Amino acid sequence: MKTILYIIQKEFKQIFRNKGMLPIIFVLPLLQLVILSNAATFEIQNIKFSYIDNDKTSLSRELIDKFNASTYFNVLTNFSSEKEATSAMLQGDVDVILEIPQYFERDLLKDKKTNLSVIINAIDGATAGVENVYINQIVQDFNKKAQVSLFQPEDLKFLPKNIASIPSFWYNKTLNYKTFMVPGILVLLVTMITLFLSGMNIVREKEIGTLEQMNVTPIKKHQFIIGKLFPFWIIGFALLTIGLIISKVIFNTPIVGSLGLIYFYTAFYLLVILGMGLFISNFTDTQQQAMFIAWFFVVIFILMSGLFTPIESMPQWAQYLTEFNPVKYFVEVMRMVMLKGAGIAEITPLFLKTIFYALVMNALAVWSYKKTN
Amino acid sequence: MSISLQHISKSFKDVTAVKDISFEVKEGELFGLIGPDGAGKTTIFRILTTLLLADEGTATVANFDVLENYKDIRDNVGYMPGRFSLYQDLTVEENLTFFATIFGTTIEENYDLIKDIYIQIEPFKNRRAGDLSGGMKQKLALSCALIHKPKVLFLDEPTTGVDPVSRKEFWEMLKRLQQKGITILVSTPYMDEAALCDRIALIQDGKILQIDAPKEIVKHYPKSIYNVSANNMYKLIESLNEYQHSYSVYPFGEFIHYTDKRTNFNPEDLRKYLEDKGLKNIIIEPTEATIEDTFMELAK
Repeated sequence: MKTILYIIQKEFKQIFRNKGMLPIIFVLPLLQLVILSNAATFEIQNIKFSYIDNDKTSLSRELIDKFNASTYFNVLTNFSSEKEATSAMLQGDVDVILEIPQYFERDLLKDKKTNLSVIINAIDGATAGVENVYINQIVQDFNKKAQVSLFQPEDLKFLPKNIASIPSFWYNKTLNYKTFMVPGILVLLVTMITLFLSGMNIVREKEIGTLEQMNVTPIKKHQFIIGKLFPFWIIGFALLTIGLIISKVIFNTPIVGSLGLIYFYTAFYLLVILGMGLFISNFTDTQQQAMFIAWFFVVIFILMSGLFTPIESMPQWAQYLTEFNPVKYFVEVMRMVMLKGAGIAEITPLFLKTIFYALVMNALAVWSYKKTN
Repeated sequence: MSISLQHISKSFKDVTAVKDISFEVKEGELFGLIGPDGAGKTTIFRILTTLLLADEGTATVANFDVLENYKDIRDNVGYMPGRFSLYQDLTVEENLTFFATIFGTTIEENYDLIKDIYIQIEPFKNRRAGDLSGGMKQKLALSCALIHKPKVLFLDEPTTGVDPVSRKEFWEMLKRLQQKGITILVSTPYMDEAALCDRIALIQDGKILQIDAPKEIVKHYPKSIYNVSANNMYKLIESLNEYQHSYSVYPFGEFIHYTDKRTNFNPEDLRKYLEDKGLKNIIIEPTEATIEDTFMELAK
């Protein structure tokens, strides 16, 4: 026990003496949290909007004013021909082209129907989909008002009954993407930093030759491993704490559930990550190798964690793969507890999987760590 | 026996590092492994310190088997690898305390053993190990290897890259440690250091060429050796190599060590030959064979 405590003390000394590492451990992740949470947005704004008005009537102008009034669209230009408009799209100057046909007003009054042509730049499919929804909303809104103001009183009896759906967004009333992203990005930071640091730590002893010196000593495997990894367990908690404070203070993210539960879960989750770090360092000889392997896993874990893309929309085989992704569990638990106020009963299945994962990972890591070649 | 190896062999893939090595080191002996780089010295150290498993053969250290009682060995040996391998970002004192703690002891408990050595680096005890000079790093590494009062001390090329004064001091320290009853196995590529050991083993290409006391080993040298010098060193070597009776020609400081093929060699014949070659100030005198001569002869 004394030995373990002394190793832990030594590790902390080394961490705090490493002037290059300290800011990387504590400052960079928090900068990332602040920057990423603000920047990684799913809201699409400043859409470069242009139109071709072949009708030039009060009704067509009214439609364009509707787009002008919207905060999502920047109405940039008015093209006189379709040719001009498509070449501007090709140049990347505009994202959306709305073409109002000739006799737009007349057809709408006379036949009660007309068509609008919308061209959307779909290089980014997700963005294009969202833009399409925005445009449809504006056109529908316009449609309703046009019916009321333009139709003659005798037409009113033929007016279709409108069904309006009024959505209510539970657990995130204003559909604030930050509320949704901050817990996820916090998970990402805790995972990344602890995995990188623990992975590189033992390899570093290999690199500078001290591991060989340690292996000649009567120190026990478990003493060494616990002593080496415990500091990073603590650092993981420190990161989580600072991250939670920032998300409360800066982003005002709701923390509905119990903080104790978050910490309790994190305690086990960090074991998975530390075991993985140790496992990586057992199979590598230099810090670069360890870093690359850790990076490879982190990228896959993050992209398949449901943080940026919903797991439900992945193909079935990928969904099975995500079962092996510890980051997915942590993201889910954080969102469930922070936003929904889930208790221990609700997260038990995720919790058990995480504990199982921790056991397997650490067993593998300890088994593969050898003092003798 | 403090250290004993029986028919130890170890290969790394296709390369044979050591082959059928057997030797024994008595208690309290200062035993030297002498050989060039790549001779297999470090492999022997790593097998004896339980870092590496031998392919064949058995070995014991302090009467503990390297396979079965490896845990006891780790309690009883001190190992100083060829490369400085202490924590560079910890101070001198922290390094020493760290290793003392790992071995379940304290600096105070065994202070008398390391006192002579540690006292020299004590003024710098708050300096980080990475900022020490080469000689001081060696002293710190030796202190750390001794802090748990080991029965056997393994030193793998401790003086490589150390200045001549520190080298001399280092060997004096080893002699004092030996008097305290510690068995020391030391490897070195320097032949002059070999003479300071009680017994040495000459190793090349993973095989032992000869084991004996340094004084005895030179007696194995089969021929009479002559110091030869002249005004033009380069021409002298060239001429001696061309000489039809020459057996070996090695530069050795300001002289050439020369041996002749004939048993009834007369130095005057050689003098005449060299004069004919146009060399002046020729000196030819008999000399004692050194360990280096013996090694070169055995390695032939």
